[in-house]
Amino acid sequence: MLAESLDLLTTIPFWIAVLRIATPLILGTLGVLLCERAGVLNLGIEGIMVAGAFAGWLTVYQGGGLWLGVAVAAAVGALIGLLHGVLTVTLALSQHVTGLGITLFAASLASYAYRVSFPKVSSPPTIQPFAEMAWLPIPVLDAQTPLTLLALLLVPVIGYLLYRTPLGLAVRMVGENPAAAEGQGLSVARVRIGAIMAGSSLMGVAGAFLTLAAFNAFYFNMVNGRGWVCVALVVFASWRPGKALLGALLFGLFDALQLRLQQSGSGLFGVSVPYQVYLMLPYLLSIVALVLMARRAAYPQALMKPYRKGER
Amino acid sequence: MLRLEKRALPSRVAMLVAPFAAVAFTLLVTSLLVAWAGAPVGRAYALLLEGGFGSAFALSETLTRATPLILTGLSAAVAFKARLFNIGAEGQLYLGALAAVAVGGQHGGSGFALATWLLFPLMMAAAAASGALLLLGPALLKSRLGVDEVVTTLLLNFVVLLFVSLMLDGPMKDPTALGWPQSVTLQEALQLGKLVERSRLHSGLLWALVLALLLWAQLRFTTTGLQIRAVGANARASAFAGMPVGWVKVKVALLSGALAGLAGAIEVAGRTGYVTLDMSPGYGYSGIVIAMLAALNPLGVVAAAVFVAGILVGADSMSRAVTVPTYIADVIVSVSLLAMLVAAMLAQYRIVWQRGASRAR
Repeated sequence: MLAESLDLLTTIPFWIAVLRIATPLILGTLGVLLCERAGVLNLGIEGIMVAGAFAGWLTVYQGGGLWLGVAVAAAVGALIGLLHGVLTVTLALSQHVTGLGITLFAASLASYAYRVSFPKVSSPPTIQPFAEMAWLPIPVLDAQTPLTLLALLLVPVIGYLLYRTPLGLAVRMVGENPAAAEGQGLSVARVRIGAIMAGSSLMGVAGAFLTLAAFNAFYFNMVNGRGWVCVALVVFASWRPGKALLGALLFGLFDALQLRLQQSGSGLFGVSVPYQVYLMLPYLLSIVALVLMARRAAYPQALMKPYRKGER
Repeated sequence: MLRLEKRALPSRVAMLVAPFAAVAFTLLVTSLLVAWAGAPVGRAYALLLEGGFGSAFALSETLTRATPLILTGLSAAVAFKARLFNIGAEGQLYLGALAAVAVGGQHGGSGFALATWLLFPLMMAAAAASGALLLLGPALLKSRLGVDEVVTTLLLNFVVLLFVSLMLDGPMKDPTALGWPQSVTLQEALQLGKLVERSRLHSGLLWALVLALLLWAQLRFTTTGLQIRAVGANARASAFAGMPVGWVKVKVALLSGALAGLAGAIEVAGRTGYVTLDMSPGYGYSGIVIAMLAALNPLGVVAAAVFVAGILVGADSMSRAVTVPTYIADVIVSVSLLAMLVAAMLAQYRIVWQRGASRAR
């Protein structure tokens, strides 16, 4: 089995699959990273991805361009992020419970809106998704959609913003030491809500990738825990954009590997394995990643600590 | 000028009013969605209410639906009370259901030939234990390594569901169910009796009510209950006062997981008779909403569970009459969670009239 997998690693279609699986995870993990760097846990990601997937798809279905769909998904994400920000930053509600509430709300709202818009359809209506970038002279990348390129480009962009600009410094500061940030004349609430909105818009785009690039229609369970995986990946990445990319690619690698093994039907070490075991691997892997990194995790110091001016 | 001031203790009146205010606000917001679907709002809500509570049949359906919700609500309430964020009740419920069938199922046509008085407690114990053990892992990872239990319990839900699917395809498959993934049926003698003839309401409701009462008494009157509340209020201070914080959290995890596991067993023994992959439409997640609506009070959980069950059952019957998708129920439940969070927060404040514009602090 080992030789088989090593052979696999040298084929181009395999790496195409890796990058395709990794794309929504890159976008989602960067989104979580932005929120958490500012000190706020955003468990709304799972629902925001569903809402982004639906909003993006609906825009294109109604005749909008594909990029307009992406923009709408980002805007919907930012709007839900604003709600999360008001609840967790302004009102200082529990970030865990609020995030879950946002996920339930966004996902059920998207399902409701889908059924109101299409009460009778049995098979989901389709759209023409993003085309591959065949014009690009780079192997593997030439079989991806522009959204993958966008995700890859966002990694250095967000890294630059976080570490090289005053804005990034402000975001990191409110996540590490909000009192000091306030002392510098920053509004902690404004920076935090801004970061949540930016991060949530990336989560919306991550969802839109599923309907506008990976598939061509909206399905109810299409996000299927990818959001939670992103929350685990950001811990694995120690809240660094570069490592987030690495984590998402590693995850994509293992996921593509299990897909191939599942299809090949040769089983693990000669023993035939039910397909459910393969499907469990990504989730188990995320838990293992969390456990492995737990000791070394450099949590933003003010993560999940609400800040009220003048209070200690 | 008007100003919000934090109360030393949350007002009792405000805490009682909070859930009702939250629900009223929610129905106001969701009425916009009902109108968007093109249905007359008043009639839709009337149908919803009637479908959930308006007749003996509706009530029996609502209470049947409330039974697992009370148990998952209690599971979330006790865990959240100690600040252990167990989001894995869904998985614990499925594992409990699976364990119940593993012990009490008609394997090979008959199953274990044990007396019912022995097999029934064994079945319930197996369900409780499997739910408890499933949560023990994340709880220990949290206390030993600081791994966030929210993410691990969430991810485990997916793992458990796939495990159930695997078992329904393999060792626990009902050979007579044609193609449909379904477990073997529970032995006839182990199934719970009906409370009302010609309804689906079963004695599992009494189990849930007794457990709610026991949990309420435990939290209120026992040393363990005091420790759970103290650890939730301030873990550091509790440790300083000599409480075994880690041990308390382990006990809470076992209790919370066991309650969710029992929800699965009771659902199988009382309603379905076997395990399927869609036996729970998110009861585990709704349990969190119910616990929050009840402000984590076990007796309040009963009321909140009946409310949520009524919405779910009522929405089903409403959507058959007017063109409002059943997903409206999920929207109502999730918005009421968010509204309840805000209402409970506001209950800790009071509005004070202050002369002049001078601001405290």
